[in-house]
Amino acid sequence: MSDAATAAPDVPIVRAEGLAKTHHGEGAPVHAVRGVDLTVRPGEFVAVTGPSGAGKSTLLHLIGGLQRPDAGKLWIGGERVDAYREARWAVLRRRSIGVVFQFFNLVSNLTVADNVELPALLAGASPRAARASRAELLAELGLEGRERAMPGELSGGEQQRVALARALVNHPALLLADEPAGSLDSKGTREVLRLLSRFHQRGQTIVMVTHDARMASAADRVISFFDGRIADDARLGADDTRPGDGGTRPGAGDGRRGRRGGVSRVLDLKD
Amino acid sequence: MRLALLALLARGPAHGYELKQDLEKLLGAAYPQPNVGQIYVTLGRLEKSGLIEGEDVEQSGRPNKRTYRLTDAGREAVQAWFEDTAEEPRVRDEFFMKLALAPESGMADPIALINKQRRQYLNTMRDLSKLAAAEDRDNKISHLLIEGAMLHLQADLDWLERCQEELE
Repeated sequence: MSDAATAAPDVPIVRAEGLAKTHHGEGAPVHAVRGVDLTVRPGEFVAVTGPSGAGKSTLLHLIGGLQRPDAGKLWIGGERVDAYREARWAVLRRRSIGVVFQFFNLVSNLTVADNVELPALLAGASPRAARASRAELLAELGLEGRERAMPGELSGGEQQRVALARALVNHPALLLADEPAGSLDSKGTREVLRLLSRFHQRGQTIVMVTHDARMASAADRVISFFDGRIADDARLGADDTRPGDGGTRPGAGDGRRGRRGGVSRVLDLKD
Repeated sequence: MRLALLALLARGPAHGYELKQDLEKLLGAAYPQPNVGQIYVTLGRLEKSGLIEGEDVEQSGRPNKRTYRLTDAGREAVQAWFEDTAEEPRVRDEFFMKLALAPESGMADPIALINKQRRQYLNTMRDLSKLAAAEDRDNKISHLLIEGAMLHLQADLDWLERCQEELE
């Protein structure tokens, strides 16, 4: 692909400058996003957390072109997109941005297979290639044998996995996830988390909005969003608040060693 | 650890090293493993207070090993332990005091304190996720321990969020 979002590795996948969005509804205007600067580099997994109403979903929608900013500049893969109209956004999303939502948003009268193949066909893949991609992804996501099922026949966790397959079928440079486990039970949550981590490990760039700290801690960067602004932008695992304990290596021994605090303290059973 | 050792001895006599291994097996990698010296010291104290009785067992070619069994008083102590409910966890007291005193002292910014604390919690959450992933899937007790720690941290993070909303 020679698309915007698959540019050279040093070009940010997302770059925003002074991004702003105000919602005008009944009552006072809501300043959902107030001048946000943000850069997401290829391969990053960024979680955006914060209280409900802080504007984190609006930020994600602006990045995915699902809403238009009132002010500010936005680049996706080096290409300036903030003035794009809907038709151009649709093309950009189809090729370069996959989106998963809290409530899955699958097409209810299409089968699982068709839900996943449709965006591939719309992006110009041959029916055969679309089928092959769909089969590969569904197998990967543990949904083999569910191809002919309708979305309504699946559990929430399964529907979200189909939504993930649909979002990834065109190998987008950027995956946006808006509370992807927000309507799942803890088993479904763990499953989605495991899959996002797996795709991230293979190099998928992900921006995820979540209120769940367990989800957020799977990311390697956590942005705390308050009142339309970035209050903190923390890189996990390489944090300067914990010198000498990178905390990045897996395994039983590592996490426990922290200074005061850390894993050993929260797990300690006091006598 | 005192009562954990007593409760293990309710099954029957055992020596120190066995108890250490049993604890590790039961609680899994998630539990900060007690060192064997700590266990021997605790067993010594329990014996002195009459809750267990030790007996030296001869081993050929090796030093004697001391096997312990629960006394009646020890069994009562375990019974009382199970009958008691546990105390509620406390709100992070030290951090709370810092937050309360930051503006008074004029030496720290409450929002900066919150951000720093959040980073630490998120890193710990990340370590816990890794621990959970590395732990034997079948060890339910260990997974419950990790999950409990995660839920507590989640609550602490939610509370930090509330502090930030109020203080910003």
